[in-house]
Amino acid sequence: MSESYSQHGSTDVLDRERPAAYVDPEVLDREHERWTPKKIAIWVAIALLGGVSWWMVALVRGETVNGIWFVFAAVCSYLIGYRFYSRFIEAKLTQPDDRRATPAEYDADGKDYAATDRRVLYGHHFAAIAGAGPLVGPVLAAQMGYLPGTIWIIVGVIFAGAVQDYLVLFFSMRRGGRSLGQMAKEELGTVGGYAAILATLAIMIIITAILALVVVNALGESPWGVFSVGMTIPIALFMGIYLRYIRPGKVGEVSIIGFVLLMAAIIAGGWVAETSWGVEYLTLDRVTLAWAVIIYGFIAAILPVWLLLAPRDYLSTFMKVGTIVLLAVGIVVVRPEISVPAFSEFASRSDGPVWAGSLFPFLFVTIACGALSGFHALIASGTTPKMVEKERQVRFIGYGGMLMESFVAIMALVAAITVDRGIYFAMNAGTGATQGTVEGAVAFVNSLGLTGVHLTPDLLTETANHVGEQSIVSRSGGAPTLAVGMAGIMHNMMPSLDLMSFWYHFAIMFEALFILTAVDAGTRVARFMLSDTLGNFFPKFRDHNWRVGAWITTAVMVAGWGGILLLGVTDPLGGINTFYPLFGIANQLLAAVALAVCLAIAANKRKFKYLWIIALPLAFDLLVTVVGSWQKIFSSNPAVGYWANHNLYKEAQASGAESFKAAATPEAIDAVVRNTFVQGTLSIVFVVLTLIVVLMAIIEVIRAAKGHEKESNENPYIESKIYAPAGMIETRSEKELEKEWRAYYAKHPEAISGSAGHGH
Amino acid sequence: MSTPVLDTVKDAFSKFTWFANGVLGGDKYEKYLAHHRATGCTHAPMTEREFWRDYTDRMEKNPGSRCC
Repeated sequence: MSESYSQHGSTDVLDRERPAAYVDPEVLDREHERWTPKKIAIWVAIALLGGVSWWMVALVRGETVNGIWFVFAAVCSYLIGYRFYSRFIEAKLTQPDDRRATPAEYDADGKDYAATDRRVLYGHHFAAIAGAGPLVGPVLAAQMGYLPGTIWIIVGVIFAGAVQDYLVLFFSMRRGGRSLGQMAKEELGTVGGYAAILATLAIMIIITAILALVVVNALGESPWGVFSVGMTIPIALFMGIYLRYIRPGKVGEVSIIGFVLLMAAIIAGGWVAETSWGVEYLTLDRVTLAWAVIIYGFIAAILPVWLLLAPRDYLSTFMKVGTIVLLAVGIVVVRPEISVPAFSEFASRSDGPVWAGSLFPFLFVTIACGALSGFHALIASGTTPKMVEKERQVRFIGYGGMLMESFVAIMALVAAITVDRGIYFAMNAGTGATQGTVEGAVAFVNSLGLTGVHLTPDLLTETANHVGEQSIVSRSGGAPTLAVGMAGIMHNMMPSLDLMSFWYHFAIMFEALFILTAVDAGTRVARFMLSDTLGNFFPKFRDHNWRVGAWITTAVMVAGWGGILLLGVTDPLGGINTFYPLFGIANQLLAAVALAVCLAIAANKRKFKYLWIIALPLAFDLLVTVVGSWQKIFSSNPAVGYWANHNLYKEAQASGAESFKAAATPEAIDAVVRNTFVQGTLSIVFVVLTLIVVLMAIIEVIRAAKGHEKESNENPYIESKIYAPAGMIETRSEKELEKEWRAYYAKHPEAISGSAGHGH
Repeated sequence: MSTPVLDTVKDAFSKFTWFANGVLGGDKYEKYLAHHRATGCTHAPMTEREFWRDYTDRMEKNPGSRCC
């Protein structure tokens, strides 16, 4: 690789006149440690504002708390965490070296390996890690009140989620952008490596299934939603054809066209839902919708990338960044008053109607993305490490990118807790509890005995009318609740426009857009993992151009998540209530795999003194997931334990009962028996695979501690010949060096390559 | 018609479009051309149309996960 790198058309002059590729680390350290009065004043102000905000959120017990305090508490904590903790990790554990070329430099091919401006890459990486997860989890966690979720999102990201993302990105970059699975194999040996790959595959299936379930629940019985989300398919197809045949490469242009069409589709959806044919043909029940998503998933995954996946990506990136900015502006402008209690009645119980289980450990798996998300490890070891320009930028991109996702989760939480609590529980309790009717929902919610909650049928029907839906009862999954909250905030920002129903469907549409893109891409990635694994036994599967093989593996993967999706939509106990904990546990177990790999790497780098940086989040994550899995497998409380419930319904089944608890028919009893079996089995598989991986990592640590020297799997050192600053704001010495580089490029434009050419 | 205010607005707008285009990945062809120029390869670079076809063809083999 060094050879292809040195075939630069560089002459002696270029080499002689080229400025340094790095700022002297000692100079940077001095700058960092110099506390000027201005700097001290800024950090004291941040700390004070953060402290006051936390005080307002956590300790002051008034009638209401203003939503803006959540934003300040989060942002100030992030700034302090970034400035002090991530910098500490950088100094002690990762120790980036800007003299060292990154894969984007030494393997530069102008395509996958391309140095990218740090600010652009930050946006790019953020768009890749953020999806529906951070929007949905906090909504469901609001069952416990706002405080537990707020603390976990903010503290969790600083000590766990951002640390994981940073370290995986850094270690993958040092290894030429290798994937998590490859790193696991190299660092943990064959057994650990295969366990990690199998765990990843199984986890991807469950995550895809639950994401699809969220979409199906949001679109069930909603002709408007079905129309506008359905229209995203022809819009994406049009964009694909436009980019391929009409105006190749005009990505920004086509994204704007696509965005305008999407808005038109949302507005048109409102008209369609008013027509008799719209109501007749587009009011679909959840089983039909589940089949539609399954068929869509299969077709999308075998269609050419350019036709559907690539344009959907552009659309979803465009919408993602835009919507998040919109929501932030909305919360800051509207500053909603929140009357949800800090701790709800369910915080000390384990029979919540939204999801079952006690606060510990299940809150920490319900909010996965936003605090700690294992799935990010797949992204951080994917395209991003191949685009990093300089090693020192990884802290900004990896750690900083995850802080931004956490901020999204905080905003989702704020949006969710602006929703009236009565409506919240009516929307999120399963049909088993509410009977799916307004009367049933009112009776159920009022029977919960929540202080200050008195739900009336009028409030429910009125809210449904406002958002343009026939009903909002039992719209579980988080997305519809977030949409109601967001619609309320946007409506309050511009009340004269009276666009409540538009904003609701806008929110539903963008969540469905992310999720359907994730379903398509997830099926494709899982299909490659499967065919590579099968390739070990049937070599023909290794040939990715073999169409039949591609179809078979795609069908297997779709059958995997589609099967679980169907179980979820038909679950008499409410699919989200029983399956969502499994989704969270799966995601957090994947985080354990990623942190275990990082632990082994750090141990083999002999960083024993600072291993706690990784061991701390790993230990907490393991505690949460293992206790969670243990309760799901062994708890004798049927509301929590899958097997306890399985045996209970099995007895009912054997006794020939016509109905049993939430199951109204013998078929429903059979369904519960089957679903709890699948859920219980998956719980066991996930936790066993993860524990194998963690065990292998611990063995690596012990071996290293005993003095066993392991050859590093890092790519060899190659000297860097490009320069770029590390963070968002340049220091004085960074600015000076940048000036030298600008002068150099002005004199030698032939030396410009990659992101350096833009000179912003 | 060039005033300092107008220039600042123009500059901010061009920075914004540069950033947005980069995040979307719309600058990939430009970056490819810059790389091609800098390496001093003698063969002709791919045309814009060829480049984007090649890009989606490569994505076919390595789609990459989208996060949840």
